[in-house]
Amino acid sequence: MDLKELYQEIILDHGKNPRNKKRCKGFNKQAEGHNPLCGDKVHIFLKLNKEKKVEDISFEGEGCAISIASASIMTETIKGKEFNVAKKILENFLNMLKDGSKLKINSLSEDQNTTMKSLSGVKQFPMRVKCATLAWHTFMHAAEEKKQKANTEKAD
Amino acid sequence: MDIKSVKSQFPIFKNKINGKSLVYLDNANSSQKPERVIDRISKFYSKEFSNIGRSVHTLAVTATNRFEETRDLVKKYINAKSREEIIFTKNATEGMNLVASTYGEKFINKGDEILITELEHHANYVPWHFLRQKKGAVIKFAKCNDRGEVEIDEIKKLITNKTKIIGITHLSNVTGAILPVKKIVDLAQTKKIPVLVDGCQGAPHLKLDMQELGCDFYAMSCHKMYGPTGVGILYAKKQWVDQLPPYQGGGGMIEEVKKDNITFPGSPTKYEAGTLQTAEVVGFSESIRFIQDVGIKNIMQHEKEITEYGVQELKKNNSIKIIGDPKNRGSIISFTIKGIHPHDIATILDEDGVAIRAGHHCCQILHEKMGVTATARASLGVYNSKEDIDALSNAIKKCNTIFNK
Ligand SMILES: Cc1ncc(COP(=O)(O)O)c(C=O)c1O
Repeated sequence: MDLKELYQEIILDHGKNPRNKKRCKGFNKQAEGHNPLCGDKVHIFLKLNKEKKVEDISFEGEGCAISIASASIMTETIKGKEFNVAKKILENFLNMLKDGSKLKINSLSEDQNTTMKSLSGVKQFPMRVKCATLAWHTFMHAAEEKKQKANTEKAD
Repeated sequence: MDIKSVKSQFPIFKNKINGKSLVYLDNANSSQKPERVIDRISKFYSKEFSNIGRSVHTLAVTATNRFEETRDLVKKYINAKSREEIIFTKNATEGMNLVASTYGEKFINKGDEILITELEHHANYVPWHFLRQKKGAVIKFAKCNDRGEVEIDEIKKLITNKTKIIGITHLSNVTGAILPVKKIVDLAQTKKIPVLVDGCQGAPHLKLDMQELGCDFYAMSCHKMYGPTGVGILYAKKQWVDQLPPYQGGGGMIEEVKKDNITFPGSPTKYEAGTLQTAEVVGFSESIRFIQDVGIKNIMQHEKEITEYGVQELKKNNSIKIIGDPKNRGSIISFTIKGIHPHDIATILDEDGVAIRAGHHCCQILHEKMGVTATARASLGVYNSKEDIDALSNAIKKCNTIFNK
């Protein structure tokens, strides 16, 4: 375990100055996510256009540095992407946290890849993985218009 | 109290956590176990085990005796009047569910009022919520003040002629406030309202005397009292166990079973359905002996001293806000640090081997009232020392460094 891996500059920065932390204008989908064990909450606002492209995405919520940073990074990474691409990014991200597999997403800039990778340190802290995945699961709930709240105790 | 010799009785402290000595400050969640408790369970399984109360062979008799001896020991320890008043449950949660369910079934009807406080753990709220849904009862919350205490006047204010039961915590697992339980019981008795005390945090840290306290029900979890998991004790006054219906049905709790009717024995048998956590109950006898050997008065004195030192040390750090400032504080200190979420605090502390809890501590009503979703909590036990507090303060400084660079 290494705290420096967990609390990297990038994460602390996103945690303190989260991007897209607001209700974006013209959102047409939304979902709430909740981590009942620790009380972390996130609300995702999503504008998905007719061509199934993420025109805008933002979030509101309360939580630890990891969960806020992860939500912030997620919105930055996914904004402007086709939904199918966004879904691939999400799968890649979850695999990185699950089994440490490398991120390999061509559609991301080098900067974006680095930023996403900064969250890989969470893998060494099993109790914190849920903090990092909450916003991502909630994004899928919003996109797929699932009725139930995203819940880290049910998410796989 | 010789803290070194006390601590040396707990084998867990021989282990390193992340390469560091363990500083265990999560006692309100659960306490560690002395070797004698662990050994007792092992010896019971190796030499004395059998199911209790059912067979006539030698082992069954031995096991039953050991089990019932623990009941006698508990009765004495908490100064209950009779052994029928001591019911073994799986934890305090089950004890409180037992009261809500059986007392509720018999005495609570539509529009009746259940009076609890904003300090209550979910275990002393959710069971009453079930009753609210099932029977249309009303739940009222006595307010907690800025110090994190519930004053007796707040309870007095809410009592009406519809109040059927009062449920209060002995010692808040968040603010650490010790409630004036005796006074509340005295007040309730003038109105003939029974009082259920959630004794989860009271039992490990305060001197217990049921006859003096006078409450009707007192629920405890043995795992917080240096005892095994899976055992709880519900003290229930004789007048109630005589009147209330059984809780769960099954083997062991019946008198006679016919196709058209079933009769039940008295307490505690009627409340102890199915095979019980026999070894754990027997193991718990050693927890009580451990507490008696150290002396509850010594434990209280020691914990008070370390807690006061803890409050004083944490107050030196300007970024820390301690939650609640009760005049009468048990060994619990909850706090927040400006700009750092409690989960991040807990993770950073853990790297130094300092174990605390972060979250809402099963008290969402209270956290909402205080306007926070989570707090960090350091809770002390008999083995903690000033050095542990120093380790806590130093680890907190590390949080400040990481987040303020
Ligand atoms: C005040 C209080 N009540 C109830 C409980 C529930 O205890 P258990 O889970 O052992 O039933 C706890 C422990 O978390 C507590 O601190």
